[in-house]
Amino acid sequence: MSPAPTVGMAIPERQHHCDEVQQMLYNASLWNGHRIHFDVPYATEVEGYPGLVVAGPLMGDWLHQVVDEWLGDAGMITGIEYSNRIAAYVGETVTAGGTVTAYDEATGEVTLEVFVKNAREDVLTPGVITVQLMPGP
Amino acid sequence: MSGLLSEDVLSHIGQQSEPRREVVTRRDIRKYAIATDNRQAKYLDGDVAPPLFHLHLFWDVVPLNELSPDGVSIDSLLPRFPLEKAMAGGLDITYHKPIKPGDWLTATRTLTDIYEKAGRSGPLIFYEVVMEVRDDNNELVVTEKTTRILR
Repeated sequence: MSPAPTVGMAIPERQHHCDEVQQMLYNASLWNGHRIHFDVPYATEVEGYPGLVVAGPLMGDWLHQVVDEWLGDAGMITGIEYSNRIAAYVGETVTAGGTVTAYDEATGEVTLEVFVKNAREDVLTPGVITVQLMPGP
Repeated sequence: MSGLLSEDVLSHIGQQSEPRREVVTRRDIRKYAIATDNRQAKYLDGDVAPPLFHLHLFWDVVPLNELSPDGVSIDSLLPRFPLEKAMAGGLDITYHKPIKPGDWLTATRTLTDIYEKAGRSGPLIFYEVVMEVRDDNNELVVTEKTTRILR
């Protein structure tokens, strides 16, 4: 894990570019046939979205990944609370990141406030992740 | 309270889905990891499942003719609500132990609550579904609470 946790510390951010192929493969892997993710005329003309909507749980996955990459093999994610507040659209680049809000050295429990935001800095998916660090060598 | 929720709708609280038992395969883990833009070898190789993989494992696999015209599967656990426009929902997940290829996991979903609140532009209906994922030793693997809002 790099760097080690201190309260207030931001973990390294990660960008994700939302493209059509990834949306298709992701939703297919779930068996999610919701047209707003792949049918442009339906998403724009029937539902009134500006484009194809990025699947909400995919952004939830990116919240996990940004913390999990920082953790490496030093611990595991034990819980998350998050909500999808604002949509992202195919073609956008979004950024996942987080800040350590609590660290209990005795128990090894770390809490982070996490987000996925768009290029306008709107927080699309706010959340809180808890992590259990493994005892050191 | 505007009393949108009838006795009949509320009587669905506590309803439980048929348990679903699925096996975890390395191929499924690899597909999920690639599709989510993961870049850690342990997940891309399928040695262990990334967090949130249970979504993939237990998303309803329904026949095409049972999907609504917008391509969505109808959740048989839910009553017909008097409000239908879905707003942002939230998830609260606890991970108890890692998921690996070869694991047989069983998920049970329970509709745990339905309630109403006054929103800025009218009434809102909230409902909560808890999914418990257990292994064959009946030990908890993942607990997930989904809260959805209708307006």
